[in-house]
Amino acid sequence: MTQSANPITASDVAKVARLARLDIDDAQVEHFTEQLVKVMGHFGDIDALDLSNVEPMTQPYPLVNVMRDDVEMPTLDTDEVLAAAPAAEERRFRVPPIIGLDG
Amino acid sequence: MATIPSTAIDIAGAVASGAVTARAVVDEHLARIDARETEIHAFNLVTADSARAQADAIDADIAAGRPVGPLAGVPIALKDNLCTHGVETTCSSRILEGWKPPYDATVVARLRAAGAVSVGKTNLDEFAMGSSTENSAFGPTKNPLDLSRVPGGSSGGSAAAVAAGFSPVSLGSDTGGSIRQPAALCGVVGVKPTYGLVSRYGLVAYASSLDQIGPFATTVADAALITEVIAGHDPMDSTSIPRPSPSLVSSVTQGVSGMKIGRVTDLPGGAEPEVLQRLNEAFDALAAAGATIVDITLPSLSYALTAYYLIAPAEASSNLARFDGVRYGLRVNAADTNAMYGVTRAAGFGDEVKRRIMLGTYALSAGYYDAYYGKALKVRRIIARDFDNAYGDVDAIIMPTSPFVAFTAGEKVDDPMAMYLCDIYTIPTNLAGHPAMSVPFGTGAHGLPVGIQVLAPALGEEAMFRVGGALEAAGGTQ
Amino acid sequence: MSDSPLSSVVATADQLLPGGWEMVVGLEVHVELATRTKLFSGSPNRFGDEPNVNIDPVTLGLPGALPVLNKEAVELAMRIGLALNCRIQKCIFHRKNYFYPDMPKAYQISQYDLPLNADGYLALPSGTVVGVERAHLEEDTGKSTHVGGATGRIHGSDYSLIDFNRAGVPLVEIVSRPDIRTSEQAREYVSELRAILEAIGASDAKMEEGSMRCDANVSVHKPGTPFGTRCEIKNVNSIRALGRAIDYEARRQIDIIESGGVIRQETRHWDDAEGRTHTLRTKEDADDYRYFPEPDLVTVDPSQEWIESVRASLPPLPAARRAMLQELTGYDPQSEAVIVAVERGQHEYVKAIVDAGGDPVKALIYVTQAFAEAGANPAVPAADVAALTLLERDNKLSATQAKTVLAEIVANGGGDAAAIASAKGFEAMDTSAVEAMVDEAIAADPDAWAKYCAGEEKAAGAIVGRVMKASKGKADGKIVSAIMQSRRGS
Repeated sequence: MTQSANPITASDVAKVARLARLDIDDAQVEHFTEQLVKVMGHFGDIDALDLSNVEPMTQPYPLVNVMRDDVEMPTLDTDEVLAAAPAAEERRFRVPPIIGLDG
Repeated sequence: MATIPSTAIDIAGAVASGAVTARAVVDEHLARIDARETEIHAFNLVTADSARAQADAIDADIAAGRPVGPLAGVPIALKDNLCTHGVETTCSSRILEGWKPPYDATVVARLRAAGAVSVGKTNLDEFAMGSSTENSAFGPTKNPLDLSRVPGGSSGGSAAAVAAGFSPVSLGSDTGGSIRQPAALCGVVGVKPTYGLVSRYGLVAYASSLDQIGPFATTVADAALITEVIAGHDPMDSTSIPRPSPSLVSSVTQGVSGMKIGRVTDLPGGAEPEVLQRLNEAFDALAAAGATIVDITLPSLSYALTAYYLIAPAEASSNLARFDGVRYGLRVNAADTNAMYGVTRAAGFGDEVKRRIMLGTYALSAGYYDAYYGKALKVRRIIARDFDNAYGDVDAIIMPTSPFVAFTAGEKVDDPMAMYLCDIYTIPTNLAGHPAMSVPFGTGAHGLPVGIQVLAPALGEEAMFRVGGALEAAGGTQ
Repeated sequence: MSDSPLSSVVATADQLLPGGWEMVVGLEVHVELATRTKLFSGSPNRFGDEPNVNIDPVTLGLPGALPVLNKEAVELAMRIGLALNCRIQKCIFHRKNYFYPDMPKAYQISQYDLPLNADGYLALPSGTVVGVERAHLEEDTGKSTHVGGATGRIHGSDYSLIDFNRAGVPLVEIVSRPDIRTSEQAREYVSELRAILEAIGASDAKMEEGSMRCDANVSVHKPGTPFGTRCEIKNVNSIRALGRAIDYEARRQIDIIESGGVIRQETRHWDDAEGRTHTLRTKEDADDYRYFPEPDLVTVDPSQEWIESVRASLPPLPAARRAMLQELTGYDPQSEAVIVAVERGQHEYVKAIVDAGGDPVKALIYVTQAFAEAGANPAVPAADVAALTLLERDNKLSATQAKTVLAEIVANGGGDAAAIASAKGFEAMDTSAVEAMVDEAIAADPDAWAKYCAGEEKAAGAIVGRVMKASKGKADGKIVSAIMQSRRGS
């Protein structure tokens, strides 16, 4: 698939903005779409590469089996942490009603 | 009272020997900050009081004959994406404005233990996304050498702080060139160590598989010393390489006799002629110092930009999802939590951050993963292989750090692609995870500094500092 | 669905639902691992603490925090995999991205296409074999409390409060293949799984406390036709509720199809009070989780040596424990007594009583009847119980007397059975004395005796009653009956 042949659309941008929880208006969607089309236009260059039989590289310096022992470490001070919260109550973090989210 | 030495190594020596007090060193640097910070804006926060208190404590230790660390009394500036316990850490973003971390980054703790004195938190492109430090929510940083120009980015504040003499050394983070490029544009030394050599614990993540912390300094030896102090295994970072910190300062003066230095014959174009001229002179200088210059090819280098601008935003879109107005930072109120997320994040992030979050979200989303993110990971492998092949023939490679000298403020800020091209020579080493440094080597257009980049294979810091030291000794054409 | 031979499971005729429908069920069971600390940080993994005390930068998803994998969690997950006959394999972690206020980083670190444990199975006591597709490691979320509104539920609440103590607690998600064909099998699968998890020390597996949670994927079809569209049932909080929810859901789907409707793929919520499921969300609004390899964690590649050392440390599993009791007592492994003893982990105690010279059958019965509260390792010395089993077996005590003595031994944490019996005046009667008492009772109530001799078995009660009264309860009822039968000549 040639990516540059299918440029990102305003409806794609609106969708990813929703997924990423960025509440942007239609004018901003248009603006970002223009910029992203331009940026992604350059991405077609890698379509020229033969990537068959190439393993994806997710980490630059691969280590294996890095684990810690099951030992307790110091915890944070609850008051210090809750003092930095936008809203707290009864030693918990307070949020507006949870609707429109699954769970 | 003796004059204040200019390098970290000399300051630490003078303080430890009692030739100067740590307090005098700190006061001198705070005075320089007072004099020029308003026009440069290197800092988001200057921690003058705690710096003086820390300096006094070091002086008390010395007076009492207690041992002090290798950086005793050395002022250091910290990029404002490094967590400092109880000290505001903002990433130059509205979304973290006012946030005081309840813990220290590993590098911050190591520097303090070594006796370094933090003078403040430096400005950056928001969440380290940018190449000019113009994307800061708190206003841009200016290049101390020419206030109409950018200092580079994203660690522009840390580069400017060292270039302006606010501190002899500073820390930055480098995801696609964010230490090396501003070092080049500000005429200072900047080092990105091997991925995993320096713990990322407490560095606010931009792109986890690319981020690495490193120093800025006025000399290669100072940069080596800071690298020694901050490197070494950290059990709090699973990607930290399990080996002790290497000995690097001694490499700086070892010379390059017998080394093989790679010249990339298929280097992507776009560099200014003066930059390429300095590069040729750098090869001549290394050859004159006893190195052999070997032609190599890195055929996939030109694809690095695409791979980077898919991988880094993808990781960033996930790393920055935690800024949701629930536990810390900004919240804009709304009727329900889902709506609160949207308005908080829209208000809290600047445009460049939003662009990269959306680009990364798109690259990972259903139906596009294989075409974008998955493919970019394969390109990354090819680039790493190209380097591996090259390092079969050479010990280190040199190339420009930046295609051009410091550009004028506002020149590229509205053209994301033009800005992204600033990092064309620095990005490949982040993808490969290798070390690289920028060493000032003469000047280019407008008399502005040119940086030569030294690249080495993974854990090849000793070779890199040998070459860096040799370039510094040779000096470039002004 | 899969090329496993196990996926060709079909219901037997008696397992089909009315109308010839077959239900197809797969279960996703989440279990909290019994580690000291969390999956990726050193905060305590502890239930019931004050809110937000077991927190650290990783748990809270603070900027700059990085996860480091808990080795004990990997070992416990490997124990689960081995107990479920899985292949333990080289694996990595992925990020599952979604926004929810109890998910601190807005992504869950989980495993995706390369889980630690893959392709196992669980053989149920009834003989059914259920395939296990995978058993992977992931982190738990925090807990929300919904405040205000009429119900205390999420809908209609004024706001919510979040406690992150549970965030980052290690979970293993065990995903079965769709091999389950009845709600009984589903219940049996979860019971057996729970017994295994407890036996191997991986989890306390309490559904009521949430340390074991079960989601059911339910569909219906006619045998020989492709599987139907499935619905995922959540909020099933007990094994009993699981059976009810599955039966309800299958019935609901059949009703829709038979009345010409179409099943939508969706997630449904089980309401135990109402006894029904209702729509939680449909597939169309399902999130796009944007899974990608977690760059902050490295590959886990368990060596053969490590796997074998974990395997060697596994205790006998419930099936082996039941087989051991069967061999010891001759009882069927599916008998109530055997299942109860194994569930309570008291099989070793039964064996200890037998090893101390006790009667095997009486040992099993005593343990199941009198040690319900005693835990896996009762304090009563096995030898004390063994002594009592022999007194009863040798007819030195009646069953009633033995029960009384056992109760006292249990209450006192041990004791000499013979001494307790003697203190209670439970000395054994010799058979000739009992014979004399039987003869006296027959003489005293000839009518009852005649009826008994004519085959009216319940007339025996009057005679036995007289003997018991005369012996002050010391005569063994079984011996009295035997003498009466011999006198009657039957």
